[in-house]
Formats: sequence, C-alpha cells, structure tokens
Amino acid sequence: MMTEAREVVLPGEVLGTTKEIRASYGTFVEDDKIISKFLGIPKKRGDYLSVVPLSGVYVPKRGDKVIGFVTGVEKVGWVVDINSPWLAFLSLSEAVDEFVDLKRTDISRYYDVDDIIYVQVSDMRGGNVQLSMKNPMARKLKGGVTVKITPSKVPRLIGKSGSMINTIKEKTKTMIRVGQNGVVWISGEKIEKAIKAIKMIDEKSHVIGLTEEISKLLSE
Amino acid sequence: MGMKTEEKLIVKGKRLDGRKPEDIREMEMKVGVIPNANGSARVRFGDTIVVAGVYGARPLFPKHLQESDRAIIKCRYNMAPFSVEDRARPGPSRRSIEISKVARLALEPALFLEEYPETVVDVYMEVLQADGSTRVTGINAASLALADAGVPMKDLVVALSGGKIDDTIIIDLCGKEDNYSLADIPIAFLPRKNEITLLQMDGQLMPEEVKGIIKNALKSGQKVYKKQKETLRRKYKE
Repeated sequence: MMTEAREVVLPGEVLGTTKEIRASYGTFVEDDKIISKFLGIPKKRGDYLSVVPLSGVYVPKRGDKVIGFVTGVEKVGWVVDINSPWLAFLSLSEAVDEFVDLKRTDISRYYDVDDIIYVQVSDMRGGNVQLSMKNPMARKLKGGVTVKITPSKVPRLIGKSGSMINTIKEKTKTMIRVGQNGVVWISGEKIEKAIKAIKMIDEKSHVIGLTEEISKLLSE
Repeated sequence: MGMKTEEKLIVKGKRLDGRKPEDIREMEMKVGVIPNANGSARVRFGDTIVVAGVYGARPLFPKHLQESDRAIIKCRYNMAPFSVEDRARPGPSRRSIEISKVARLALEPALFLEEYPETVVDVYMEVLQADGSTRVTGINAASLALADAGVPMKDLVVALSGGKIDDTIIIDLCGKEDNYSLADIPIAFLPRKNEITLLQMDGQLMPEEVKGIIKNALKSGQKVYKKQKETLRRKYKE
C-alpha cells in the first residue's frame, strides 16, 4: 500500500560543488564541496540547495507562532517551555494590556504554572528567546490535549494553504492549533482519531501520496 | 593483554568463531528504538549489543555548566549488570567513566555544536550484552542515534577495534580475543576524510604493527560505514 518514498541524504554526504549551485540551510561547504549536515530531504530552489531535516529540535525564529507551557512565574514575567533547546521568557508588558501594580498583585492570576499558551516569538538572540502576546491570535488554551510532532514536519501537517489540517478538523469535528515548534493542541469530539491522523503524518511525512492515505483513515 | 590461556586463538588462519583475521562479525543495526528520545539506535556486532539514546539539544542547568558559544555534549557509557557472565556492579566505575570521556571526544569533532549555544546534547550508551569491543560498538550506536536525532553533523562516526594475536593482525575482537590477545586498539574515525577521533592502545606493539592495524581498521571500517548508511536510509523507506 506504500507508495514511493522521497530521496533521502545523510550527514556527510556530498551534494554538489559551489561552482554549480549555492549552499543554503542544512548544508556546509568544505573544499568547494557542498555537504549535508542532516538526515533529510534535499531541495533545489533557484540558485540554492538546501536540506530539510527529517528530525531535529525546534529553533525559534522571530515571528513564529508557537504553543508553550508555562513553567515558572517570575517577578515581571513568565518562563515558558516552547519545546526548543532554550527556555523562553514572556514579560509582563508583552502579556497584559492593563496597568498592573506589582506591589499588590500576584501575576500568577494572569498565567500560572502548567498553563498552555499560543504565543508569538518576538525576539531571538543567541540563547535568549522573548515572547509576546501582542497578536490577535495569541491566547491561553483551555482544556484540550497536546501532542508533540517533529517540528520540521509542521508544514506537512498544515498542508498547502491549510488543506491537510482543515480536512482533519472537519472530519473529526475538533479544534486544532498547530505551533511552529511542533506542539499541537486539540479539543473537540473525536480527539483520538485526530491524534492518530497527526501521528501518522509525523511518521510518514516523506511518503508521496500521504493526503489520500489520511483521508482514507479519517473516513473509516 | 598478556594473560595466559591454554586455548590457541588462531588455528590455521581461522579465529575462534571461524572468521578470517580481517573479517568483521555479523552486524545488525536499527534506528528509532526509543520513542521518547530525539534519536536512538541499537547496534549488534556478534554477541555485543549496545543501545544508544540521544536527547537534545535541550536546556542545560545549572547555569555555570553552560558554554555561551556552543552546546556541550554529555556522554554516558554504562554496562547493564546482566551484560557479562559475572554480574557487573551497577553504577559508574573507573572504566566506564574513562570510556564515557573517550566516547565524547570521539563524537565531538563530528558535530556542529556552535549552532545551539547554552544547551546540552545528552548521549547515553547502554551495553546490554558484552562480548568485546563494547566501546566501538557504543560509538557506532551513538553516531546513528545522533544522526537520527537531527543533530547537525559533519559526518557519521565509524568505530572499529583492531588487535594482534601471535603474529597476525586481526579486526573486530570478540570477548576472548579481547582478554587474551597481545594488544588491542579501538579506533573511531570520520570516514569522508579518514580523520581519526579515537585511538587507544592496550598491550605492546611495534610502530609498524600499529600502522598496519590502523590501515586495516580504516579499510574494514568502510563496511561498517556502508551498513550505517543503509540503516539510516531504511528508516525512511519501508
């Protein structure tokens, strides 16, 4: 039932020379040779050759919308686990619009440990990640369940202009939020079926003809 | 290493298990054996089995351990109590602490650690069954697990042991050969440019013999390298 798989390259594999093409993300250059850094899928776009990793951790980028777990309440903000190599910080001024008298209020009334938030990355320098709730989509996610997928497979889960994720939402009657960091929040009726479909996309993202398989799974 | 045994380790050019001097034991490799880890692998060389798991890059605490310009790598080599015939006392020993360190030094040159400053990459190597050459099997497993975890790498790391029985140079020692051979050398290298990242020696050898063992190990290592590449590709083939 499996259809053909995409071509896979390995770390240390020579992909070309700098005379033919320019090196981009996921590659490095050594003696004019372009070499892959990851176990991934090579992509040629214009003059550039890149490798999209099939696994790996989430590296925050400014503007990304992610789902985070509040892990600590500090004096003027919150420490948030965003499923990346670094912990992120959400400062009070970026999170709350009203005036807060720090002498009288405990800021855990806004967000507390174990809260799940949909939030935007506003800055990333070295290991310092800053978050912001100043986005119309940003909010606290109440109830529901979260699953984690490989961050590099998030575009595959969403599909072309949201086609894949919308199919899952419709067929399972759920609300789904996907963070760029690979955390997926689900709430609604057939949660188990939605999780099954999401896990399948995570495992088989490299297979051509995945969309048909997913719609088959959902219409069972 | 000079221990006495009545048994002849090489008879008419054949070793205890019927191999020729330059033969490697049967290899079996699999990646993705630990679902919770970012990357994992199980590697078997004959009767030696090692499972490796890689977590990270992930946040590192306490803060004074962090390096501001790169990730650090933590290695742990451990032998399960049931991995040897006599029970191995659990917990770190002088030997396992040393192997953890040399494994770290063998893996470090293959990684782009500067991409994740202030973090840690944890590498765990658990020996489930020991029959010689456990440290090189561990490094092979760790190399596969790191590639599976998506840690940026310059190259895979291939490791192999060499040694000497009587006057013959042998490759990939099993437990008995490890104990009674005149010398053994574990070697790890990056196969694209044949850069050696681990070279230890136990026993006594002449300089030419060392050179010969290194040459043979680099040559036979290509078979291990090929097997590693096949294993990683197989995960995405089905």
